[in-house]
Amino acid sequence: MKEFGYQRVHDVPGAVALLGADPDARFLGGGTNLVDLMKTGVERPARLVDVRELPLDDIESTPDGGLRIGATVTNSDLAAHPEVRRSYPALSQAVLAGASGQLRNMATVGGNLLQRTRCGYFADVTKPCNKRAPGSGCPAIEGEHHNHAILGAGDHCVAVHPSDMGVGLAAFDAVVHYETADGPGELPFSEFYLPVGDTPHLETALPAGALITGVSLPPAQVAAHSRYRKVRERASYAFAIGSVAAALDVSDGVVREVRLAFGAVASRPWRARRAEEVLTGAPADAETFAAAADAELAAARPLPHNAYKVDLMRNLVVAELTRLTEEVAR
Amino acid sequence: MTTATRPKGSVGAATTRVEGRDKVTGAARYAADIPFTELAHGWLVLSTIARGRISSVETGPVLEMPGVLAVLHHGSEAPRVSTDYAGLLGKPDPTAGVFQHDRVPHVGWPVALVVAETSEQAKEAAEALVVTYEEEPHDVAFSAARVDDEAEGAAPDTVEKGDLAAELAASAVVLDAEYTTPEEHHSMMEPHAATAHWDGGRLTVVDSNQGSTWVASELAEMFSLDQDSVRVISEHVGGGFGSKGVRVHQVAAVMAATVLQRPVRVVLTRRQMFSLTGYRSPTAQRVRLGADADGRLRALAHSSLSLTSQVHEFVESSAGFGRTMYDADAHHTVNHVIPLDVPSPTWMRAPGQAPGSFALESAIDELAEKCGLDPIELRARNEPETGPFSGLPFAARNLLGCFSEGARRFGWADRDPRPGVRRDGRWLLGTGTASSSYHAGVGPSTAAVTAEADGTFTVRITAADIGTGARTALTLIAADALETTPDRVRVRIGDSDFGQAFIAGGSLGTRSWAWAIMAAATELRELLLPGAVIPPEGVTARSDTAAAIATLPPKERHTYGAQFAEVAVDPGTGEVRVRRMLGIFSAGRIVNPLTARNQFVGGMVWGLSMALHEEAIRDQASGGHVGADMAGYHIAGNADIPLIEADWIEDADPDDPVGINGIGEIGIVGTAAAIANAVWHATGVRHRDLPIRPDRVLRAGTGAVDA
Repeated sequence: MKEFGYQRVHDVPGAVALLGADPDARFLGGGTNLVDLMKTGVERPARLVDVRELPLDDIESTPDGGLRIGATVTNSDLAAHPEVRRSYPALSQAVLAGASGQLRNMATVGGNLLQRTRCGYFADVTKPCNKRAPGSGCPAIEGEHHNHAILGAGDHCVAVHPSDMGVGLAAFDAVVHYETADGPGELPFSEFYLPVGDTPHLETALPAGALITGVSLPPAQVAAHSRYRKVRERASYAFAIGSVAAALDVSDGVVREVRLAFGAVASRPWRARRAEEVLTGAPADAETFAAAADAELAAARPLPHNAYKVDLMRNLVVAELTRLTEEVAR
Repeated sequence: MTTATRPKGSVGAATTRVEGRDKVTGAARYAADIPFTELAHGWLVLSTIARGRISSVETGPVLEMPGVLAVLHHGSEAPRVSTDYAGLLGKPDPTAGVFQHDRVPHVGWPVALVVAETSEQAKEAAEALVVTYEEEPHDVAFSAARVDDEAEGAAPDTVEKGDLAAELAASAVVLDAEYTTPEEHHSMMEPHAATAHWDGGRLTVVDSNQGSTWVASELAEMFSLDQDSVRVISEHVGGGFGSKGVRVHQVAAVMAATVLQRPVRVVLTRRQMFSLTGYRSPTAQRVRLGADADGRLRALAHSSLSLTSQVHEFVESSAGFGRTMYDADAHHTVNHVIPLDVPSPTWMRAPGQAPGSFALESAIDELAEKCGLDPIELRARNEPETGPFSGLPFAARNLLGCFSEGARRFGWADRDPRPGVRRDGRWLLGTGTASSSYHAGVGPSTAAVTAEADGTFTVRITAADIGTGARTALTLIAADALETTPDRVRVRIGDSDFGQAFIAGGSLGTRSWAWAIMAAATELRELLLPGAVIPPEGVTARSDTAAAIATLPPKERHTYGAQFAEVAVDPGTGEVRVRRMLGIFSAGRIVNPLTARNQFVGGMVWGLSMALHEEAIRDQASGGHVGADMAGYHIAGNADIPLIEADWIEDADPDDPVGINGIGEIGIVGTAAAIANAVWHATGVRHRDLPIRPDRVLRAGTGAVDA
């Protein structure tokens, strides 16, 4: 494999300065995705700046009652954190639904957000891919796409974002914090990932050279009553073919507040705001849940081999909201 | 039953692997672990086009890269090899005869070997090597409709009797169904790896294979060497499943060692394995069954189409499964194959029988439904007295014994035959069953058994332990044959210098090697006079079973089994979970219950994986795979594997001199059908395409009355 430089950093300004504006340098977190991509030649960095030793491995309650999660917190620590489990259970469940114990012990929150699609064309440097080699084409549209996007995709790329954690963060209005040489900045989760458009290789709105320092979750009572459900092609250790993070507050049979986000349907974790609009103030019954799912999925543009995802997501929404409603009733 | 009385001795006693401690502590060295001084590393460069010619291999810049020693390709100094000969198992796959011409017959064809001081340098240079091609249009599209594209002059493998049309017309119940199975890969844990070096005019290859004399003899043929001047050693093997014969890695390593006159190691990557080490062809099968109202078969027709490469013919003989399983007045089976611009398929665990049993055992279940019969009863009504085509007696055939014992233990008698009526929360529940069978063959082998001066014994045989526990089984067999205890027997295997022996393949290994060891041990005991002093070099007896095997009376020799599965299906998501499995087998005398159970259960896990997960996707545009790695090619994970029980009924043929049969394949046979039949019982929908993926289950819906 290509030789590369490796440096470990211990403070955030040092990390940002070291990476600089070098397009051939990469921050290295747990390495659970970047190292694989280096082995297959998809990523060929000249330098790695290892950020795992940065003092960003805490999860703290914020004064407003939310949480601030450091970028180098491991997936395992995030999932196990008592406050995450109590106040945002769908987030904990989402993280535990991903990868394996060994990988979660290595993978970091910052790295999870920046992981790349598992599209088989992207991962194979001998094949065209607009995300990897802009302008080379997207063979998935005519080829193998049974686990590709049904929402928000276009003629240039139909890859899906693989993160489970991100689906939980999308549901709970997370904010991504970063640091650049010019100082700190932040992006609401809804603006963190860029639309695919005709630039699928541009994935996030992070400025060049920015280091993710953490993610904050605003307080949300509804989040305490939430679930994550993931469907995949084997019982563990596979990426989702469809997943749902759902939070629900019901009283007197009426939906007071709801959060809904989908995984494995788009280039980014997909917040189902149209469904939420239909649900809010409506009766908490299967008919409404199905109507809400249909409202969100009306925008779906499935390909020949992934149309099942429309049915799958509809069924998942109904099943999970029904289950949350039943839990309220008990 | 395992509780039945058995003769006293080591065979039949549960014994942990003799090399188990070495394996779990890392002391056991696999092919790529063994150090050599002056070792150089080769890295293969594979074609990125599916059909055409190599126009140029631009070696200049790569030869300037750090550590690079040589680049072998068709236009370079690569030694000439011939693949125009017939080896132990017929003509070799010419894919192994690398760098001889500029034709590219599939994506992933080896076009060059870059050799460097370190494997990292070799990889980097291999990735930098520019190869240009004249590309031609390719054809990789496989489907049932392409049966007409069989090669000109091809003679499909056909076995038939009776008037099919007449018997179908006369049948009270008729079933006509099509089945497909996808391209599947062996995906053994240890990748193919070989180190070749010359020492005093003799070639030694340290390898990972299923038969060291087999590989040695093929390499001798290919490089025009005396058989005696090639030695192949393969001490530990991390899985083979039919894939580890003569392959590109050994040939390329020998070429480079010859050119550079130093040891050269070639290790395949997981991705390279997908195109260079064989695979199971996809199949498109059609089964037609006709039966009287009481379920007796009048007509059985099974046709199967598989694919092969443009350079080698390999036929996945799926339609062969029914030839000895069931009789019918009209019985027609045929295997077709079409050549496409794809890599060569090969034997993969239970070749033919695994996909063929999925189709036929699914069809039998469906016929039982149509006849209103229990599927076990239907099979009982169709038990043949003799081989349906050969007319020969069965050496042993206890299929029904397996079913009755399995049904008792599984609780089959309480089964409600109606589909789609059992629920557990969001899950629909169902159970299914299917028959298993595999041919019980034997191949000629030689062995040497030495009585050592210290009172111990050494067995030398070119057997291969590909993870099955063969070394341990042979130790037990030798101990009994020598009337001693296993701790006084040392079994040495995996070295072609021990002489010809059959391969670990086709469930033939243990039976073949056991015969040779028993023969040599018997001879040795005759040589050892009571009270005689054994000289320092020991006393050695040798055997060759070729003549004895030729005198075996002709019989139908097979192993049998009955498989049971319970599944849960979520109709809202299409998820299928297997909740429990039971396999009862009848395979002669079981040598080591511990490793035998492991073999059976391992086969059943494979069958589960085949039913629900395994599928290699070929991209029509490029002609290559999408997701050719263990993240993209799913095998069952631990969480997919439920409680699996395997047990056996011992029923050795009294006329058989060995009484031992191979059990490497049978655990897979019928498993996928049992699971598919259970999915039908759960949902009311037949799934005839593997794998039974969530999207297929979701889109097929459910015939369940309450779903």
